[in-house]
Amino acid sequence: MHEMSLCENIRDIIQAQAAESGFVRVNRVWLEVGPLSCVEPEALRFGFDVVMRGSVAEGAALEIATPAAKAQCLACGQVAVVQHRYDPCPDCGAVEMQVTEGDALKISKLEVV
Amino acid sequence: MCGTCGCGEGQVQIDGKHHHGDAREIVLERDIMAKNDGYATANRQRFRDGGILALNLVSSPGSGKTFLLVKTIEMLGDMACSVIEGDQQTSHDADRIRATGAPAVQINTGKGCHLDAHMVGHAVDDLAPRSGSILFIENVGNLVCPAGFDLGEAHKVVVLSVTEGEDKPLKYPDMFAAADLALINKADLLPHLDVDMDRIVANARRINPKLDLIRISARTGEGMQDWLDWIRAAQSAMRPATAAE
Repeated sequence: MHEMSLCENIRDIIQAQAAESGFVRVNRVWLEVGPLSCVEPEALRFGFDVVMRGSVAEGAALEIATPAAKAQCLACGQVAVVQHRYDPCPDCGAVEMQVTEGDALKISKLEVV
Repeated sequence: MCGTCGCGEGQVQIDGKHHHGDAREIVLERDIMAKNDGYATANRQRFRDGGILALNLVSSPGSGKTFLLVKTIEMLGDMACSVIEGDQQTSHDADRIRATGAPAVQINTGKGCHLDAHMVGHAVDDLAPRSGSILFIENVGNLVCPAGFDLGEAHKVVVLSVTEGEDKPLKYPDMFAAADLALINKADLLPHLDVDMDRIVANARRINPKLDLIRISARTGEGMQDWLDWIRAAQSAMRPATAAE
């Protein structure tokens, strides 16, 4: 359940931003969670509601975007959208693919008051 | 609840009325792991300055990490080693390491499922590893969460015992993607198992084409020399950075 500690990171970042930008309440939080980022979005949602209690983001809505992951085939060089780390190249079928995008884990933006 | 926009209770009110005008968006694009990564960067710099090779050993519970470490430290002989042990509870593993004569610090994570770079920084304060030494960090036995936390190590080394089956790299891909070396341990048990070593290797490479693999048995000593050679090569690879200062 490392999603809980990630939620604590999210809360700390938001609290620090509140002090810097002078907002008192967060209505909505947008996250970008890459499909290959070692994070389970549902566990993150569960932890988010609990961890945000007592912070400026208590009760805030959580929007999670999961942009497509991409990998480059080491055999033919093709860059393709992949769902998993073990997906073969859709072009040549080779199984050795190097992930190039899809492990990001960030707060994209906030809607604040 | 607001009948206009459907937003929840407790929203800002001005003169007793619900007010939308003040809501604004702030673009952050901030990495959620930034705090851990900051500590990890500090740890890495400290290791580099001291010429300390830090290896983060990760695996499922019961892969034989601690026994492997005990044997490794014994075989490294005169080379200075120290160990950070991570477990939810008990100091059993640190006690086993200390019996070899190597200094060890035990981190108990309580309910935590992984070590993070902040904990490791404090453990390094206590341990004060010698310049030019090797620091082994034995992470909490967990093939999932430790993959996402950089501790400042030079390499993650994943230990997989052959009894865990051929498909572990596919089932737990994040860890194999994050590692630079896989030690396929308990190889002495292979004759008793319906496990195909070649398939373990193929599945691991499918997740991480650059992964080094060593078939090893801490019990019989098979592969131990290859592992020690890998450690020494990793140590040599650090030296240019140290010498340049």
